[in-house]
Amino acid sequence: MADVSLHSGGGAGGSSALRHVVYVLRSNPVTLFAFAMLALLVFAALFGPAVAPYDPYASNAARALQPPSWDHWFGTDNLGRDVFSRVLVATRLDMAISVSAVALSFLVGSVLGAASGYWGGWTDRIASRVLDTIMAFPLFVLAMGIVAAMGNTIENVVYATAIINVPFYARLVRAEVNIRRNAGFALAAKLSGNADWRVLAVHIFPNALPPMMVQVSLNLGWAILNAAGLSFIGLGVRPPTAEWGIMVAEGANFIVSGEWWLALFPGLALMLAVFTFNLLGDGLRDMVDPRLRT
Amino acid sequence: MALLDIKELAVAFRTRRGTVEAVRGVSLEVARGETLAIVGESGSGKSVTSYALMRILDAGGTIRAGEITYGGMDLRRAAERDMADIRGREISMIFQNPRAALNPIRKVGRQIEDVLLRHGRATRQDARAKAIQAMEAVRIRDAASRYHAYPFELSGGMCQRVVIALALACDPKLLIADEPTTGLDVTTQKAVMDLVSELIRERGLSAILITHDLGLAAAYSDRVAVMRDGELVEQGPAAAIFADPQHPYSRKLVAATPREGVGIRELLPPEARTPAPPVQIGGRALLEVRRLTKTFEGEGAPVHAVKDVSFSIRESESVGLVGESGCGKSTTSAMIMRLLDPTAGEILFDGDDLAKTPSRRFARDPRRASLQLVFQDATDSLNPRFTARASIADPLARLGGLDRAARRRRVEELADLVGLPQPLLERFPHQLSGGQKARVGIARAIALEPKLLILDEPTAALDVSIQAVVLNLLADLKARLGMSYLFVSHDLQVVRLLCDRIVVMRGGEIVEQGPAERIMTAPESDYTRSLLDAVPKPPSGGAPTVPPPARAIAR
Repeated sequence: MADVSLHSGGGAGGSSALRHVVYVLRSNPVTLFAFAMLALLVFAALFGPAVAPYDPYASNAARALQPPSWDHWFGTDNLGRDVFSRVLVATRLDMAISVSAVALSFLVGSVLGAASGYWGGWTDRIASRVLDTIMAFPLFVLAMGIVAAMGNTIENVVYATAIINVPFYARLVRAEVNIRRNAGFALAAKLSGNADWRVLAVHIFPNALPPMMVQVSLNLGWAILNAAGLSFIGLGVRPPTAEWGIMVAEGANFIVSGEWWLALFPGLALMLAVFTFNLLGDGLRDMVDPRLRT
Repeated sequence: MALLDIKELAVAFRTRRGTVEAVRGVSLEVARGETLAIVGESGSGKSVTSYALMRILDAGGTIRAGEITYGGMDLRRAAERDMADIRGREISMIFQNPRAALNPIRKVGRQIEDVLLRHGRATRQDARAKAIQAMEAVRIRDAASRYHAYPFELSGGMCQRVVIALALACDPKLLIADEPTTGLDVTTQKAVMDLVSELIRERGLSAILITHDLGLAAAYSDRVAVMRDGELVEQGPAAAIFADPQHPYSRKLVAATPREGVGIRELLPPEARTPAPPVQIGGRALLEVRRLTKTFEGEGAPVHAVKDVSFSIRESESVGLVGESGCGKSTTSAMIMRLLDPTAGEILFDGDDLAKTPSRRFARDPRRASLQLVFQDATDSLNPRFTARASIADPLARLGGLDRAARRRRVEELADLVGLPQPLLERFPHQLSGGQKARVGIARAIALEPKLLILDEPTAALDVSIQAVVLNLLADLKARLGMSYLFVSHDLQVVRLLCDRIVVMRGGEIVEQGPAERIMTAPESDYTRSLLDAVPKPPSGGAPTVPPPARAIAR
């Protein structure tokens, strides 16, 4: 098809990045909604403890197992602790686990994937087989095994979550780098005197970022679920710490006796977080894609 | 009555930045048995016009106004179901990229059967025989065994034959060929176009040939319509458009087409012609290639891409390296550029053997700056995440040893040198036009003032008028900076404009080398002669070969 180019004047200045973000947010209401939800989550993570109406750890036997009311929006648990405050405070821990795990796997996966995509050969063969080995396990079971073997701490939950996510990043980066390895601009970079690692890091890798952003945001959701899942079965985070997974696990015992609010609200928070991150992906991709900047 | 009658057609596309009117008030007629060529540069709306009449516009495109009548039938308002019957059976199309037009995972014979069955031209029992017949009709030798081939097993020319067989399988009355030979070698182009015109004559078809190549249009059509910016500028008999173009745009287009006996400055509009700068060719050889050989060891038999190639380039000299795809010219230039290690041979540059330094380590070699390359596809050669300024500054930062402020000044200097307006330096590649991207690529290549610049078909992706400007820019730069050029191309007419000497390659070997004029006028080898003959010849300017006809000028 004949291409019809249409470009208004004006260059990219310092504020153009911001203008581009505003443009992406305005052009897609779903993205706007996702970012609003993200802002809410970030707010809860940063200021949760400060705005929580009650002390999340203070038990009050007199008010145990009260259904939701104006005093206690999400009701109280079997020790009389305020469920709303606990859900709010737990945001920080869950977000911290998932963000640091995803950051770790993004880093390790990018390095491994970029190296095997660019150099190929034995680097690729070894890295790919190691990653295939990880993928061969049911990932949640592998995470359980890692935490059980390395010790039952929060750091180990982060490491386990990071390890099981590495293959996804590595494979994505490998494919993205591989298709650009012999692109004209990569050759041009070599002619300009860039050493191999520089061609890879400065010229090729950044072009893999748009699809990576989608992966990151999906993964943030999975990581939260994974961390919550591990604590649900008693690994990683331990009571009385406020964490969505444990709260669902503890609350589950009370569903049969009719105290549904104990499990429902932390579960909803979990669902909302995962939902937000899943919606976020497309918007993030649009933001890092220079082709959409005009 | 005309077979196809388009009246005041207007097509618009909805885009993120508002509505784009791609075609505005175009009126065309195609008589029975007539071949009409629509010529125009990219963005002229020539393809959109044909898509509109087939009703296969991309999402967001709509026919805003006008009438399309085909054999008395209103195509604009025809039901989608009727259109599906018309496409392929009445009107069919040959696409630009034959490989993309064929299903990669289906045997070509089956794909022809699909069309025959869809339009009820064959039954399950005789589909195969008819498909083979259709393949034989487009002169595919040994059609019965080629029936089982997948598109990737066939050459580009062979794929295009299959696409033509597909298009003609159901005996359409109107054939639309949309840039049918772009990306094919000149000799293949000639074979394909000769075949198409022969089939058109044999079957009494009407045809629309869409092309950017005036020479091709003139050689293979009865009438030519010139389009620009969605409007019809001029139409008339093919020879007349060439001999005596009326509209200023047609005149510019005719002038910009490289052809025999025309110098590089004459491609430009008269007001832009400046005297050609004198070039003093030095006596010393800058580059000497001796017995260069490259063999690729694969899983099967080794591929001898370049065999024992020797030639030299003197200071300030331009040498053209000409050949068809697969002749080894790109492999040769990649070895000289030190992107690829030769299997054997020497690359003497200023007396130094470059082949001794492995290509892996050459990126940081001090001699890197003296050898630079202008890429074939400017779009592909620019990092999509780098602004024009960052792209041009990259070699300066890596090898130039300049500080930030000096780099900034140098980039602006270079932009002026290649005629790129400075405000465009802050733009990303996708915000630049093809010609502007070519300028960015050239600015980057000359940033370090190389002694040898390899031009790898630098104008292949450009429109003729922009090609004329870029070729002249390259000639000026050479004179100003005293560089030597190695111009790699398949197009002898373009090479001739810029080069002092020409080296012709085929099958990894040099067939012939010598002064450009001699090669063009009195080639010694048959192969060079066949290359020259294959170039479609526009009727040369001067006296029109047909009496001046009544001309229909739109608007």
